Parts: sequence; C-alpha cells; structure tokens
Amino acid sequence: MLLWTAISLMTGAAILAVLWPLRTGGGTAPAASAADLAVYRDQLSEIERDRVSGLIGAAEGDAARAEVGRRILRASAETASGAARPSGADRRRQIVAVIGLVGLPVMAGGLYLKLGSPTLPPQPLAARLESRPDQSDVAILVRKVEAHLEANPEDGRGYEVLAPIYARIGRTADAARAWTSAVRLLGPSAVRENGLGEALTAEAGGVVTVEAKAAFEAAVAADPKDPKARYFLGLAAEQDGRPADAAQIWGALAASSPPDAPWMGLLRAALARVGAPVATAPGPSAADVAAAQDMTPAERDQMVRGMVARLEARLAQDGSDIEGWLRLMRARIVLGEADKAKAAASEARAHFATDGGALGRIDALARELGLGS
Amino acid sequence: MNPEIGHFALVLALAVAILQTVIPIWGARVGDAALMRVGPALAVAFLGFVGLAFAVLTAAYVQSDFSVLNVVENSHSLKPMLFKVTGVWGNHEGSMLLWVLVLALFGAMVALFGTNLPATLKANVLGVQGSVGVAFLLFILLTSNPFIRVIPALAEGQDLNPVLQDIGLAIHPPLLYLGYVGFSITFAFAVAALIDGRIDAAWARWVRPWALAAWAFLTVGIAMGSYWAYYELGWGGWWFWDPVENASLMPWFAGTALIHSAVVMEKRDALKVWTLLLAILAFSLSLLGTFLVRSGVLTSVHAFATDPSRGVFILGILVFFIGGSLALYALRAPMLRQGGLFAPISREGALVLNNLLLTAAAAAVLVGTLYPLALESWNGAKITVGPPYFNLTVGALMLPVVFAMPFGPLLAWKRGDLAGAAQRLMSALAVGILIALAAAYLQGGGPLLAPLGMGLAAFIVIGALVDLAERGAVGRVPVATSVARLRGLPRASYGAALAHAGVGVCLFGIIAETSWNAERITGLKIGQSFEVGGYELTLARVEPRNGPNYRDLTGIFIIRRGGTEIGTIESSKRLFTARNMPTTEAGIRTFGFSQLYVSLGDELPGGGIGVRAYWKPFVTLIWLGAVIMALGGALSLSDRRLRIGAPKPAKPKPAKPTPERKPDAAPAPAE
Repeated sequence: MLLWTAISLMTGAAILAVLWPLRTGGGTAPAASAADLAVYRDQLSEIERDRVSGLIGAAEGDAARAEVGRRILRASAETASGAARPSGADRRRQIVAVIGLVGLPVMAGGLYLKLGSPTLPPQPLAARLESRPDQSDVAILVRKVEAHLEANPEDGRGYEVLAPIYARIGRTADAARAWTSAVRLLGPSAVRENGLGEALTAEAGGVVTVEAKAAFEAAVAADPKDPKARYFLGLAAEQDGRPADAAQIWGALAASSPPDAPWMGLLRAALARVGAPVATAPGPSAADVAAAQDMTPAERDQMVRGMVARLEARLAQDGSDIEGWLRLMRARIVLGEADKAKAAASEARAHFATDGGALGRIDALARELGLGS
Repeated sequence: MNPEIGHFALVLALAVAILQTVIPIWGARVGDAALMRVGPALAVAFLGFVGLAFAVLTAAYVQSDFSVLNVVENSHSLKPMLFKVTGVWGNHEGSMLLWVLVLALFGAMVALFGTNLPATLKANVLGVQGSVGVAFLLFILLTSNPFIRVIPALAEGQDLNPVLQDIGLAIHPPLLYLGYVGFSITFAFAVAALIDGRIDAAWARWVRPWALAAWAFLTVGIAMGSYWAYYELGWGGWWFWDPVENASLMPWFAGTALIHSAVVMEKRDALKVWTLLLAILAFSLSLLGTFLVRSGVLTSVHAFATDPSRGVFILGILVFFIGGSLALYALRAPMLRQGGLFAPISREGALVLNNLLLTAAAAAVLVGTLYPLALESWNGAKITVGPPYFNLTVGALMLPVVFAMPFGPLLAWKRGDLAGAAQRLMSALAVGILIALAAAYLQGGGPLLAPLGMGLAAFIVIGALVDLAERGAVGRVPVATSVARLRGLPRASYGAALAHAGVGVCLFGIIAETSWNAERITGLKIGQSFEVGGYELTLARVEPRNGPNYRDLTGIFIIRRGGTEIGTIESSKRLFTARNMPTTEAGIRTFGFSQLYVSLGDELPGGGIGVRAYWKPFVTLIWLGAVIMALGGALSLSDRRLRIGAPKPAKPKPAKPTPERKPDAAPAPAE
C-alpha cells in the first residue's frame, strides 16, 4: 500500500509542477533584449568602477563606453519593436493543463506497469536474515547453512542437506562441491554419488563427463540395483558412441524395473533412441513417425515390416524380453498377420512357461487382440 | 526503501522530461510567458525525481537488497559501507543514472539561478536540456535499467570489480560527469540561441559560468582519474593514451577552447559563430566519450556487434544530438549577426591561435582514438595507435599553445603590441633560460628535451606572475598604488593567471617525471635490498592480512637514504574472494613533490617476491598543476562581475607617452 501512496504522491507533485506556473495569466514575456539591456547597463557601471579605481585609463574607458553604448542602442531598438501580445494564451494554458493532468499519469503509469514489478516487496538483507527460519526464503537458508559450514567445515550432514538445494536452484557447481564434501566426510553412498554425478552432468550441460561417470559407477558399486546410476551409465555409453552397450544397460534396467516405475517413460524413450525399443511401447519412436510421414504407403509399410523383422530376429536370439514379445504380437496384428501374431504368442508362452506374471500379461494381450487364448 | 518507488520515480522523470522538452519551447515560439514558466518548475521536478530514484538505488545498495539485479551483480554484503555507496555508480546502469542525475542538477540550477536570463532563452535552454534527459532516460529504462528485480531474491551479491573498490571511485566519476554533463548546459545555450536566431555579447556572459564550472570539474576529474590509475594499476604510469582517457581529453580540449573564445565574445562581441560551434563540439565530444565507454565498442567492434542494443541506442542519441545541432548550426549560423573585427596581433588573435591549436589537438586525439575502430570494422585488422602518435601530435600542437600562453594576456584587445609584450616577458624568459641551464647542468647530458621543457615550464609560471605584476604596475608606481591596483583587480584576472601557472606546474611535472624517472624490477627475498633513485629499499617482512572481503599479502620495506633509515613503505597484493580477482595496492611515499613507488609482483619460485620500484621526481606536480588550473577556474567563476573589453584607442599614441600612462595602455583591464 505504501508503494501506491508514494506513487500517487509523486504523480501529484509532477502534475503540480505543470499546473502551478499556469495559475497566473500568460501574457507577453518581456522581450529578450530587455535582459540584454540589463547586462549592458551593468557593463557600463563596471567600466565606470574600473575607471574610478584607476584600472583603466580615461581613453580606454571612453572607447569601452562607446562600444557598450552601440550594443545598448541595438538592444533598445529590438525592445521597441518587440513582439505583439500573443493571442490564444488561455487556450494554450488549457491544453497544457490537460497534458499535465492526463498525459503525465498515463505516460508514467503505462510505462511503469510495463517495466516495473509493483507486487515485489523490498527485501533488505538484514531483515531477511532476521526473519524466522520457517519464513525465510531458500536463498537465505542456504546462506545460513553456508555460514554454519564455514565455521564447521567438517560437518558432512550440512553438505548433504545443502547439496540438493543447490542443485534445485541451479547452482550446479556448488552442488557438485557440496556432494564431494559429503562423500569425503560421510563416505560414499548411492544417493551422494548419484547427486554428485547428476550435478556434474548438469554443470557440463547434460554431458556425462568422466568424473560424473566415475561417480555413477561408485553409486552402482554401493547399490548395484540403483536405477538412476544405471540409467546415467547407459547415457554415458550412448554419448560415448556405444549404442549397443547403452541398449544393453538400459534393457537390463527395464527388465528389472516394475512396469509402472516412474522412470519407465524416460527409459522407453532412451531405448527407442538406441534402436532397442521396449516392447510395450505403443508404436514406433517419434523420429520414426516423423520419417514415416514423408513416405509413400508402400515405403511406410516396408519400414514397419523391417522394424518388426528386426524385433523378431532379436527375440529369436534372446527370448527373455517379455516387452519385446508383447510388442511383436501387437505389430503382427497391425500388419494384418493374425497367424503370425498367434505364433508369436505361443513362442512367448514357451519362453515364459515358468513365469506366471509374464504368462498373465501375454494372455491378457492375446485376449485384447482377439487371438483367443 | 522499496526499489519500486525509485523505478516509478525514474519513469515519472521521463514523462516530466518529455513535457520539459515540449512545453517551454512551444511557449518560447509563441511568446507565452505562462508556458515558459512551466520549464523551470519541471526542471526542478526532474531533479527531484531523478534524485529520488538515485537515492532509492543507493538505499538498495546500502541495505544489500539482493532482489535488485543491479545490486546482486555489483555489491556484496560484506563490502565496507563506502564501497557499497560508490558501487552504485561503479557499474554501467548506475553510472548512467549518475549521468542523468548530474544533467538534472545542472538543469535545475539554470532554472533556479538563471533569473537574469531572457525568458525565451531560458525556456529554450531548459527545453534542450529536457530533450537530452529524455534520450538518456529512455536509454536507461529500455536498455540499462538498474531497477530490474530478480525472483527469487539472492542471498549474496557478486561483489564489485575489485579495481573499483577504492576511494578513487568515490571521487573520479562524479567529478568527471560534472565536467562532461556540465557541457550539456553550454550546448543547450548554443542550440537555444540557434533556435531563437539571436546571439550577442550578453549570451557569452550567461554561458561563461557554466562553461567555467564544467571545465574546472572536468580538469580535476581527469587529473583524479590519472592519479587513480597511477596508484591502483601498479604500473607506475599516469597517462596511457587509453581510449577511455582520450574520451575525456577531447571534450577538455574543446572546453578549454570554449572558455577562451567565450571571453572574446563577451568582451568584444566577436567570434560568436565560432563560440557556438565550440559549445556544440564540447558536448558532442562528451557524448562521443560516453558512447565509446558505454557501448562496448572499445573492447572490440565485434563485441559491439554481438550485443548491439546499448551501443546502437547510444549511437542513435549521438547521431540525433550531434547531427541535429550541427544541421541547425549550418542552417542558422549564417543568419547570425557577425561580430567586430580585430588585428592578428591582439588578445583576440592570441585566443584564436589558442582555439585553433586546441581544436586541432582534440581532432588529433579523435583520429588516433577512432582510426583503429574504423579500420577494424572496415577490414577486421586490429591495430593500436599508441603513445608515440599521441605524444608527437598532441605534443607538437600543445607546444606553441603553452609557449604563446604568457603572451596572450599581455596583448591588448583589438590591436596588440607583440614587441611590447615580449619586452615585458623578458624577466620570465630570463628565469626560464636560467632554469633550463641549471637543469642541463644537473642532468649532465641526456635528452635535450628535459632542460628545454623545464625552462618552458618556468617561463609559463613566471609569465603568469608577470601578467599580474603588469596589471598592478608593480615597480613603476609607488608600492601603495600597486597594492591598491592589485587589490582592485577582478578575481577573474587572478583566476586566469592561476590557471596559466597551473599549466606550467603540470608541464614541469610531466617533463621531470618522463625524463628523470628511475625504474627497478627485481626479485627479493626477505632481508635483501636494492637501490632506486638514490634510495635503498630493504624488504623487512611479508605478512598476510585479511580485510572484510579480501585477503592481503603485504610487503614492508625499510627506506634508507645515505645509510640512515627514513621510514617504511608498504605495498600489497590483494585477492578479492568473491570474484577471485587480484589487485595491486602500490606503496607510495612522497618526499617533497617526488614519490617513491613500490608495487609487488608474483611470488617467485624458490622463495622471494617480484618487486617493481620507481623513483618519480616531481610527479605530484602533474596533478597539483591540474588542481591549480581548476582552482583558477573556480576563482574566475567566483567573480560575479561582468566583463567588457576596453579596446586600445584607435588613434595613434602620442609621440612621448607619459610614464604613468604607458603601462595602462597595454593590458586591458578586467580579464
């Protein structure tokens, strides 16, 4: 509220600065030469002063007086022929008053609303430092923990608390340093190593650097099942130009993950990138779709058949991929090859004869696709 | 205080400036007194709002309000309070705000103190001032807004550039801007006269104080910048012909020419059109300096091209004001009434010579500064125009200026007597030659320039005294009369003599320092000694010290001369933690007018530390001379009397002049 009061007062003052000089009549300004005359008269009296004090001689004084006299004559002539009283003074005053009353607030207000942030309060540092912890902003909490750590540099817990906050507010380099300290003081753990790896990756703009990879490997060493570290190790392989390794790492991760795990979406996209799509993915990857749009129906058909053939070949070699089998069944139906779909279903059942969960999923899909059980 | 108040105040100031541009000039066109009266009121309001915005920004710095981007980028909560405040203008956005604040200050001063001005002239001046304000406020608000907020607020700032964390930042930029922007007033007067179409001797009377004030501030501002670079950069140099320095030197040359030609105009009603042009040029060169420093064009024309918004905006301002005023000048100047005539050998003639040479010097600096930029944008070649070029051109142009300087005040207006003036300067010339011979003897070989320069400097200083003595007719009339005459001399005369003497003092310092300085670069371990300029320095100890936001490594040296200890000198290397940037804090001891200068280098492998030491004879005279010049300007400014040149009578002198009459004949009275 204080802000709006101040804004109103300021605007009022500005308007007053326009209106106040207008309150008395306009009228004619004194001719400019009148002010000149004042200067010349002063000059004359100064010559007189100098002459009296002996600074200039009588001859110089006379010459100077004559010169100023010429200037005075010229200025007097201009005063005499001065401007006539201007007309329309009241009209002009009205226009200027309206400009002041309307133009000033509109100009200033309009520009301020475009540039300013009137809803943001002032935030002097001292007040922020004094506010209760539950009201403090993240930056101030970070600052307080930083101060604490500067005094107690061996407090590993502090670094562990601080590091993820750094990561969240985008201070990735600081996050990496904090995780390194946490690892140093508290020992390696999957969470810490993952945090370090992620921070280093973010700092490098998404590239899993050698240091980041080492951190993820340490995380896997601490917890071989850790999905995050395994995902990033796959990413490292992909970025190193080893898509086959990446597909293998990710495939293993996908196989060991529950199908509703939160990272499955990411994983499917990643697998699709390296040419080993997860079977349950409903269709080809986005890139494939985009490519397919430029094709004739025949070419498109051929592309799909090629993909299916590759999938089938892969499953013939390694039939342990339930998602792959499910995807193959769908694809056969899409291509109008119900017989081959049935064949795929029975092959899959043979592979997963001992796996009740997998069998259930195969049966469910077969029913859905109208293949009978 | 809420930063948004400052932001709104700045926006409101823009709206006020727009009205200040339009209404008074409209009133002047139609001769409406009420409309013209709006001008001063708005000029004062403009100062109020810009001042409020500046105060709010300062408060944000003092309170470390890290929700303001500008504070985050240039402040640190642990900085000493002085540097929190000076940090306000130690960055691009804040310094532009300071620029506009100074502009507003000058505008309000015209509004409040210009009561004797003709109403139309005053209205036009304020209108032109307002238009400059509009341009620069638009620049600030649209490209360099200091009130941009960050969400969420940060907890710590990035600190100010360590080189700027110095008392110099508190002094140098404000003084420099008072000079730069002060010329906006003379510019406004010139453009107003062109709009009005009338100009006369009274115009020069009104412009004189503003030109003098701007010139004096600019002089001290440049000198303080030079001293700051001298002690902070650690190279022991005091002038680098750096484009930023050149940018301030060009308006100084033009301004110096302006204050001299304005005298001719005021006294003799001559050189009017030329004076107008100088007033326009002085501010144009100030704007050019602002453009060079603020657009990023100096680091590289390519850097300018990659982030062009600011540079192009200032370039637009530059083109509008310089092009517009020169076009108006071309259009209107031929219609102005020409002034009186004068002979080449006369006070006016001497001032014209001074004007031509000063303007040529400004042009030489301009060419040397812009040529590399033009060449780089033309074919990408990167060249540097270095000190040899500037020393040669500016030196060659300034030499006749300073040599002719003592003659000018001794010549009469309209028709002068060069032989007579030379005769009166014989004593000064004799002292100059003596000093030159003494210098040559003491130097015992070496560059010839040094003794000649010393002699010239002495000639100038004594010449300034001779000028005063002549005015007081010292030695020709009884002492009491002389005292009375000297007491009756206008302060402007003393001011002029003082300023001219200041040039001599400055020249003395420059010549002595460049000819006789001694330099030693060496590596030292604790306890070792070396010798520079007749002083023996021993590194006594090296100790680490910690400041609020920096860490210091200080070397303490013991100074001995002829075996006796005469004190210590401390020199530091400072590391600012927030930006991880080192600075040197040179250790300086002053002996008389000379200085011993020690700066620490890097630590050497195998222990020890690199040391640069200089002996700089009479170096402080360089800056003292500039301060004396500015004091002369201030003294002249304090002379509120009007000036009128009393020409020497045209009729031939009597064959036998009476002894009392003769002295009066030559120098005109009030100057």
